[in-house]
Amino acid sequence: MALLTAIAVAPVIAIIVFLFIKGAPAITPEFLTAMPKNGMKAGGIFPAIVGTFYLVLGTIVFAVPVGTLAAVYLTEYATQGRLTRLIRLAIANMAGVPSVVYGLFGLGLFVLLLQFGTSLLSGSLTLGLLVLPVVITAAEEALLAVPQSFRQASLALGATRWQTIRRVVLPNAIPGIITGTVLAVGRAAGETAAIMFTVAAFFLPNLPDSPFSQAMALPYHLYTISTQVPGMPDEIKWGTALVLLLLVLMFTLTAAVVRARFRRKRRW
Amino acid sequence: MKKAQKFKEKLIGKIILACGVLSIAVVVLIFAYLLRDAFLLFGSYSPIDFLTGRNWYPISDPPVFGILPLVLGSLLVTAVAIVIAIPMGIGTAVYIAEVAPVWLKEILKPLMEIVAAIPSVVLAFIGLTLLAPYLQDLLHLNTGLTALTGGIMLAFMALPTIVSIAEDAINAVPRSYREGSLAMGATRWQTTRRVVVPAAMSGISASVMLGIGRAIGETMVVLMVTGNAAVMPTSVDSVLKPVRTLTGTIAQEMGETVFQSPHYFALFAVGLVLFVITFAVNLVADLILHRFREGE
Amino acid sequence: MVITTELQKKAQLQGVNFYYGGFKALEDINLDIEPNQVTALIGPSGCGKSTVLRLLNRMHEVIGKTRVEGRVMLDGQDIYASDIDVVELRSRVGEIFQKPNPFPKSIYDNVAYGPRIQGRKSRDELDGIVERALKQAALWKEVKNKLKQSALELSGGQQQRLCIARTLAVEPEVILMDEPCSALDPVATQQIEDTMDRLKESYTIIIVTHNMQQAARVSQYTGFMLITETGEPGRLVEYGPTGKIFTMPDRKETENYITGRFG
Repeated sequence: MALLTAIAVAPVIAIIVFLFIKGAPAITPEFLTAMPKNGMKAGGIFPAIVGTFYLVLGTIVFAVPVGTLAAVYLTEYATQGRLTRLIRLAIANMAGVPSVVYGLFGLGLFVLLLQFGTSLLSGSLTLGLLVLPVVITAAEEALLAVPQSFRQASLALGATRWQTIRRVVLPNAIPGIITGTVLAVGRAAGETAAIMFTVAAFFLPNLPDSPFSQAMALPYHLYTISTQVPGMPDEIKWGTALVLLLLVLMFTLTAAVVRARFRRKRRW
Repeated sequence: MKKAQKFKEKLIGKIILACGVLSIAVVVLIFAYLLRDAFLLFGSYSPIDFLTGRNWYPISDPPVFGILPLVLGSLLVTAVAIVIAIPMGIGTAVYIAEVAPVWLKEILKPLMEIVAAIPSVVLAFIGLTLLAPYLQDLLHLNTGLTALTGGIMLAFMALPTIVSIAEDAINAVPRSYREGSLAMGATRWQTTRRVVVPAAMSGISASVMLGIGRAIGETMVVLMVTGNAAVMPTSVDSVLKPVRTLTGTIAQEMGETVFQSPHYFALFAVGLVLFVITFAVNLVADLILHRFREGE
Repeated sequence: MVITTELQKKAQLQGVNFYYGGFKALEDINLDIEPNQVTALIGPSGCGKSTVLRLLNRMHEVIGKTRVEGRVMLDGQDIYASDIDVVELRSRVGEIFQKPNPFPKSIYDNVAYGPRIQGRKSRDELDGIVERALKQAALWKEVKNKLKQSALELSGGQQQRLCIARTLAVEPEVILMDEPCSALDPVATQQIEDTMDRLKESYTIIIVTHNMQQAARVSQYTGFMLITETGEPGRLVEYGPTGKIFTMPDRKETENYITGRFG
């Protein structure tokens, strides 16, 4: 068992270490804040970072309210029965649908049918659907952790169901919902296949200026520079890969910290 | 309660219900959308030829859309991944749950979360720049971009899924089982192998199913490291040759198709096949897990 | 039917049967609650005392599938009639729970919770309500200088009095108490009982307790409930003035229970 664990774990550590050793020298302030130059073979990755930032923002706007309310429905409104079982099954399967299929769906529905074009809007909506199960599951867990006695106390005081949820249940579930959101953001920030046909651009001379703009994004940028551009300097590739990894790990770490602090501070 | 407040309360209830139902709607909508476009292909192209055709020549004239090589490519890469990931994943899960000292657990569990968080494009990049050249040298291959290379990288993607769910299943085995076995003089290893692992079997199988689902659906790794040659994998040494998968095909070709051309619809049909496969895999995993939870 | 005689009773249960899913939990309960008195419900655990209590604010509906037969009246009005607003009903009938359950908010915000959800927002008004409610619940002196502190930092007895204050701030007519002292020490229990005695001037109180001495101390009327065996519905065996129930009960079962020869 220990040997198998070592075989599983060692390469993972090696990968992370390698990324740091090879990528770290590339990461300079200029690399992070400059536009790409010379057919992307020099300069920085600023537009890709900005694009990913906007995409993540858009994803949060779509997925968090809907996901949280869906979780509220499941825990606070629905009588547990066939419909809730069906919804939970749908959520489990949504989580399993390949991201490239989300990409196809986003292309068909948002880009072409609804005519949002290849744009931040289409990409954010697609990513929003992709991370919805993550948000719902985390929010549901957080809501279920709020003691039943709080709800009873509120209802017995003559509060309506929604007043109870808004003033008592949700405030106590916020840390869990934030954890889920951050995890979802990490997932969205690293996702490539779902944005390939819905938003991502190979190279853009300008930063996106509206929800209907195309945008560059870090994961897609890494894909293109490592497969589509011959003679790309290694340093830029490793640097981009490391920036993307650090960005995603930052979200994962934040989620872990929020969760740990919340567990420690909770007094009921 | 005032009328306005009553109305507000009702309205909010409806909005919340709508959000809950949306998750079903999304799944249905995705399925319906893929189905519609796939059927637009089947108007002019026989679904039997589509499913059993041995050639995928989407831009020849007339185009040929036989997805058998793609299905087999996906299965081959997934099989390689699973053969590697099962022993490592279950071994790691057993080690974390049963053997590892607490301090090591505190390192291994977050490490698995980190692996789960690594973007697939980063893993693909590693496979492309490190593993592929290494394997090419080691095995004297024409190219390092093979089903084996893709499978190895995919194994790392499936690993965290298998470890976390299998570990949950092992932890759910009641203490009394272990104590009963130990009390009869069984060693710790005998207890693990003959009592704990069998008792956790349904959870472990579900973890493997979900790992398979993850591997089949993964796109970037196979797109970047399997070489994307749409040829039929016919023998065992196909593992050392380039293959092309369902996901890789969509990712590779969607950008270049003409909207609503037969090729465009064919790729949606590939998406549909992918959706059905992963849906079935996840459904089975869900059913196993459900039974195992109710059986507790 | 003469409405005026019914109006003298604060609440009435008439021929009430109650079901949890398919299980019949209460059978043929008839009970008249006198206004501005403390009524105690006693009996062994599982006999349905708490269920009777919850029928009066319909809190059982929060838990799951239940069904009520017969009539439950408040001021002569059937509270299960279709035009009854359950939210408004609960602001008229408050409940104190077995385990103190303050919200994880400040002391002030706990007491102001009810008035706020009713839409009262003015700071001055809320300050007045909070102070009055805390005084009525005999907690004001202890907390007046730390209203902004978390309610969870109070002791168990203080938390329970805070919950009473929180209920009083809604200005209910009836207060239901479900074993309010079972988690408290004797000193805290004494304080709650003293509070109840003063509150009955302005409120009707119904208390469920497994502690007979407590029922004898605080109540003017007592109902004794019993189930014959598990799986059978709970029944109200005897109901009357507390003095009579504890000194010369009509029924043998009551006497057995009171004198400790039960079971």
